[in-house]
Amino acid sequence: MATPLVEADVEPTPVKQLARRRLADRDGALAWLFLMPSVVYIIALVAIPFGLAIGFAFSDVSAGDPSFDWAGVRNFVRAFEDPVFWRSLGNTFVFTGVSMVFIVLFGKILANILVANFRGKWIVRFLVLLPWTTPVALSTISWLWLLDSIYSPIDWVLRQVGLLDKGANMYWLGEPGLAMSSVIAVHVWRLVPLAAVILMAGLVAIPRDIDEAAKVDGAGYWRRMFEITIPLVLPVIAVSALFGAIFTFTDMAVVRILTRGGPNDATQVLSSWAFYRGIDGGDVAGGAAIALFLFPLLLAAAVGILRVVRRIEVS
Amino acid sequence: MVVDATRISAAEAAALRRRYSRRHVAARIGVYFAAIVVALACAGPFLWSAITAFKQNRDLYNADNNPFLFNRPATSDHVTYLFTDTQFLTFAWNTLWVGVLVVAITLVFALPAAYALARLDRPWAGPLGIAIFLVYLIPPSLLFLSLSRVVVGVGLQDSTWSMVLVYPTITIPVSVWLLMGFLRTVPKDVEEQAMVDGYSRLGAFARAVVPLVFPGIVAVVVFAFTLTASEFIYTLAFVSPPGQMPVSTGVPTQLIRGDVFFWQSLQAATVLVAVPIAFVFNLFLDRFIAGFTAGAVKG
Repeated sequence: MATPLVEADVEPTPVKQLARRRLADRDGALAWLFLMPSVVYIIALVAIPFGLAIGFAFSDVSAGDPSFDWAGVRNFVRAFEDPVFWRSLGNTFVFTGVSMVFIVLFGKILANILVANFRGKWIVRFLVLLPWTTPVALSTISWLWLLDSIYSPIDWVLRQVGLLDKGANMYWLGEPGLAMSSVIAVHVWRLVPLAAVILMAGLVAIPRDIDEAAKVDGAGYWRRMFEITIPLVLPVIAVSALFGAIFTFTDMAVVRILTRGGPNDATQVLSSWAFYRGIDGGDVAGGAAIALFLFPLLLAAAVGILRVVRRIEVS
Repeated sequence: MVVDATRISAAEAAALRRRYSRRHVAARIGVYFAAIVVALACAGPFLWSAITAFKQNRDLYNADNNPFLFNRPATSDHVTYLFTDTQFLTFAWNTLWVGVLVVAITLVFALPAAYALARLDRPWAGPLGIAIFLVYLIPPSLLFLSLSRVVVGVGLQDSTWSMVLVYPTITIPVSVWLLMGFLRTVPKDVEEQAMVDGYSRLGAFARAVVPLVFPGIVAVVVFAFTLTASEFIYTLAFVSPPGQMPVSTGVPTQLIRGDVFFWQSLQAATVLVAVPIAFVFNLFLDRFIAGFTAGAVKG
């Protein structure tokens, strides 16, 4: 690449510069120098607040009385005795599990379409990106009207095709089962484009000759899809599942805006329940105790998925 | 599968060709059909928002009216309202400059950190890399209670700067993780060659490695900006004066008053924010995919 240096071209390096270079060359010092800003920042604004949040969970801090008094495991006992907590926990699993399956499934289909060659691809990609790039609060407000109890355009269509009686409504957000499905649907709609983009990265990374060799050997589209493409992109599918899980598990914006956890806590998830208790209810300690449950669950999910990725990559 | 070419007669060959071309046409139609379906599924709500934004109240609040057409003449009153009676432009500007600053801070912090973890061969690099990724799993819904105290402590409550301070907690960990993947794809020879040529390790990093991971950097920039623009729990908890808010809390605050929703203006705001971000993201989509391919797939 570079031409070999000829002795005569090299000017003697001044001593001062040499000393500086030695510092810039010492990997150990440089590694610390490079890491320090991020590590300090994360300790100050994540680790310490995280510790503080754990402290809150064992205290009696509330919005009205911000002084810290030790309360032991009282907050946890109270959370466990509350049926809403268990309901939220169950809902969180249902949300995350069901959303993840659909996000990955639709994401894969979408990615396959978007890597195909066709005219107008630019505009299609632009339209497909919209749900993911729009701030979640705004797109969810649009959905709030789409799922309105009286004026829902979806109901109007159902009435036109005769699936719904005249003047009747579905109450998308009013019936427990439907509300759950609606919230999941909005989540899936929002996150599918991200999964598709990640999966496209996996698809374009497949060496073309593998696919073409299979084609020459007479393998049809579906056979190539299930025996070549999908096994090769499995690690990426896992990565997109991981992102889907993290975004679904921790996000409360969709639930908060669409249903506020209702009706009757049918769509309450851990994060929205923690917000409701901690901020709306002013029970900071109780909210922190509930929110704390998010972390080990997320950790387990992440470790599990990353392990799957590693196993696939090794084999 | 070996086909003996001599056994196929001319007629059979023509029939085969017709069959293949028919199949080809069918496949093309299928692709276009699928593309239109997915585009509508994703963008349908926005298309419908764009129509709704120009509807009169009497048109909108009638359950029998076709929601996809103008049943009464269109009006731009509600869009004008967004600009004249709310601080929409301030919100948009806040989102933009906070996003740009947060992305810049993220890169300055995350790029060297990722390089140190991916390349400088420290024994603790592996565990520390995992630790930083785990930080990403600590959700805002767990941190905002204590972070709001930190924000008050440094005197940034009710200020847009509180977001600049806090948002990198979301973007730095995930960016470090992505950038580590990108950096691992750069062959070690590149730096070694640069160092042989007289650059220090630092110089090799800045002059030889950074340009090579440029697609990865674009991926991180776009990703981090989207995360920042979308974030809403922290703003909700930290900032209450409307003039300091970004779009994600400002628009709902000023257009949802108690039980009264200014629906048309809300829809207009959604479309006006959604389109530019998606447009810019789309410009960089190929680089984003290339970056992700290099990072998450092969790394």
